Amino acid sequence: MSAAETAPAPVFEEVVVTTRRGVTAPVRVYEPADAGENGAASTAGAPTAMALHGAGGWLGDEPVLAGLAAAGLRVVAPVWPAWSEHTDEDRLSDMLDFALHGWDVATEMGLLGAGGAGDGGNGVAGGGLHLMGHSMGGMIAAEMAALAPQSVGRVALMCPAGMWLRDHPIPDIFAMLPYQLAEVLFADPNVGEEVLTGGADFSDNETLTRFMVARARQQGMAGKILFPIPNRRFSERAYRVTNPTLLVWGRQDRLIPSAYADAWHAALPDASIELVEGAGHMLPYEQPAAVVTAITAHLTA
Amino acid sequence: MTVKFCWFNLMPWPDLPDDFKTEHRSVWVDIDGSLFDPERANGIYHEYMDQLEFADELGFDGIGVNEHHQNAYGIMPSPNIIAAGLARRTSQAAICVIGNSIALYNPAHRVAEEFAMLDCLSGGRLVAGFPVGTPMDTNFTYGQIPALTREKYYEAHDLIMEAWTNPDMFAFDGKYNQLRYVNCWPKPIQQPHPPIYIPGGGSIETWDFCLEHDYNYSYLSFNGYLAGQTLMDGYWNRVSEMDKSESPGRAGFAQIICTAATDAEAEELYSEHMLYFFNRCLHVFPGFADPPGYRTVKTIQAGKLDQFRKENQALFKRLTWKDLVEGGYVIAGSPDTVRERMEDMIRRLRVGTVFCLLHMGNMPDWKTRYSSQLFAEKVMPGLRDIWGDDFADAPDWWCKPMAERVRPEATMADARRYPEPNGGASA
Repeated sequence: MSAAETAPAPVFEEVVVTTRRGVTAPVRVYEPADAGENGAASTAGAPTAMALHGAGGWLGDEPVLAGLAAAGLRVVAPVWPAWSEHTDEDRLSDMLDFALHGWDVATEMGLLGAGGAGDGGNGVAGGGLHLMGHSMGGMIAAEMAALAPQSVGRVALMCPAGMWLRDHPIPDIFAMLPYQLAEVLFADPNVGEEVLTGGADFSDNETLTRFMVARARQQGMAGKILFPIPNRRFSERAYRVTNPTLLVWGRQDRLIPSAYADAWHAALPDASIELVEGAGHMLPYEQPAAVVTAITAHLTA
Repeated sequence: MTVKFCWFNLMPWPDLPDDFKTEHRSVWVDIDGSLFDPERANGIYHEYMDQLEFADELGFDGIGVNEHHQNAYGIMPSPNIIAAGLARRTSQAAICVIGNSIALYNPAHRVAEEFAMLDCLSGGRLVAGFPVGTPMDTNFTYGQIPALTREKYYEAHDLIMEAWTNPDMFAFDGKYNQLRYVNCWPKPIQQPHPPIYIPGGGSIETWDFCLEHDYNYSYLSFNGYLAGQTLMDGYWNRVSEMDKSESPGRAGFAQIICTAATDAEAEELYSEHMLYFFNRCLHVFPGFADPPGYRTVKTIQAGKLDQFRKENQALFKRLTWKDLVEGGYVIAGSPDTVRERMEDMIRRLRVGTVFCLLHMGNMPDWKTRYSSQLFAEKVMPGLRDIWGDDFADAPDWWCKPMAERVRPEATMADARRYPEPNGGASA
C-alpha cells in the first residue's frame, strides 16, 4: 500500500478569512461524510452549522465536530481572534463586537441562508444557519442569534456562559492557577489534566512562557466578555431567540452548574435540555458521542 | 539636583494573627472581613497620620500615601482623604499621592478635580501619581477587564491632562469616558500641572509611556534594591535608547529602611515587624497577581514565571531577618551602615527620589519615630547631594509650592486674636 492510501484523511480543512472589519482568522471546515466520494453535489444541500469554541479554543480534532460531519452536517468552525497566530484581537472589545465578528465570518464564508434543513423552525425559507457553541462560544452563538434570529436555523448550546445566578456563583477561572483548572472543568480531573496541557512539561521555562503568553492572549480576550462576571445581559435579549434551541449540559459541571440550564431554559422562548451523565463543563471532550447524538437529532429534526 | 526623600506609609493592618499564612488564603481581595475592627482603625488611622506629620517636622522632602483596595497591608482605598488631612496639618513637605489608580475613576475627570483641590489646599505641594494599578486592586476588586485596563488607563490620563492644561472647556469623546462639558474647576496651582509620577511594578511598556511624556518612573517593589537593579538597568537603557537626559530625577525607588543606634539594635528592634510584613502582609494568593490580559505579551516574555509552578506554591519560603538584610529587601542598621547602603542603592539604581518605607507591618509608633528621626538627622543629610552639580539644570520632577502659602496654624492664630464671646468668661 502507498503512503497516500494509509494516511488518514484530514478531519477538517482550514481556510483563512479576513472580515470586512479587518480581522483575520482561520476557519475550520468539516465536510459531511459522503462529500469525498460523491463530490459537492450530493452534499450541497447538507445543513450547515457554525460552531464556536470555548475559552480553551479548539483542542485537537474536536470529536464532536467530526462526529456531526460524519452524521451529515457541514460544520464551519472559526478560530476566534487570539486563539491563532493572527493578532487582530485588539479589534474586538465587547459583546457586540464578538457577536458581529461571528456574523462577519459567516458572511465571508458565504453561509448566510445556508442552513438548508427545512425552515429551521422559524418559518424562513432556506432555514438559516444553525449555530452552536460551547461555554464562551455558546454565549457568543446565543448573542448572534439574538441579533439576527431570522438568519438562524436551530441553535445548540453546550453549557453556555452568559448568565449569573446569585445562588450559584460561577468559580472565577481568571483567579485560578493553571494547575487548578482541571478540577473545576472536568468530571474526572485526571482526564482533564491531559486534555488541557497535552502532556506539556511546565518545569521547562520555554514551555511555561509559551503557555503563559497563549493564556494571556486567549483568556485576556475571553475576559472581555467573561470578566469579572460572565454576564453581558443576554437574558434581556433572550426573548428574540425564537429559534428551537437545545441546551446540552454535563450533569457534573462544576464551573457552570446545571442550575444554569434551567435559567437558560426559562429565558429562551423555545428551548429543551439534554443532561449528559459522566460529564463536567468540558462535556464535548468527556462524552462526545452523547453530545453528537443529541445535537445531530436537534439540528436535523 | 538634590535627592528627595519621601516618608511613605502604606497603612498596614497591624493585627493579622500568627497563623495568618496557614489559615488564610490572601491578604488582598478576599481578606477575611472578621479581621477588621473599625474601632481599632480609629486609632490606627490617627497614629499613621500623626507619623506622616512628624515626618514633615523632621524635614523629609515629601510625605507619601497610595491607593489599595481590600488589602490588609494598605487600608487606604482613598489616599486623597488622607492627603487632604495632611495638607491642612503640614506646611513644608510635598504631598505625594502615589497615586490615584486613574482607570478606576468614572469619570476619570474626578482625579483632575481632586488633585487640583489638593494642590490648592496644600499651596502647590502636590506630587501626582498615576499608577496603572495592581491586578488585585484594579481587576479583582474593582472589576476592570484585564485586557482593557491599560487602554482605559491611557484614556484616563489623556482626559486628566487635558482637563488641567486646556484653558477652555472641551468635549471629551472617549471609549470609557464621554463628557460633553469638561471644565476642571478648581485648577491646580502648579502650572502647567503638578509633577507626575508613574509608579510601576515591572511592566516594561510603562517605561516608554514615562519617557514619551517626561514623567518620573518610580519602581515600587518590596524586593529591595539588589533585586530591583535588573529592572532599573532596563529602564535606564531605554532612557538612553530614546535619547533622553539621564537625570536621576527621572527615577524613584521604594526602599524599606530600619535605622537604630547599632546594627544589632536594628535587628533587635525591627526584626519581628519586618517578618510580620513579609510573611503575613505579602501573603497574596498568586491567582490574583496575574489575570490573563493584564500583563502584555512583551512583559511576560521578559519576566519570571516561577510563582506559577505548583511545587513553588507549596514551598512558599519563610524569610528570615538575615535573608531580608543580605538580600537588600531591608536596609537596616546603624546610621553609618544605613547611609553606606543607601548610597549604594541610590547610585546603583540612579534615582533622584527615594520613597522611604520607615514604618512597616506592625511596627509600633515609638519605633517608627525613632527610626525615622535617626534617619532624618544622621543619614539623610549625607545623601542629599550625592549627584552634586551634575544635573543642576535638569528638571527635578518635584513640586513647586507657592512662596507665601497659607499655613493653617497661622490662620488659627489670627482667629484667636478676636475677643471670645462674653469677654472670655466661662458660662
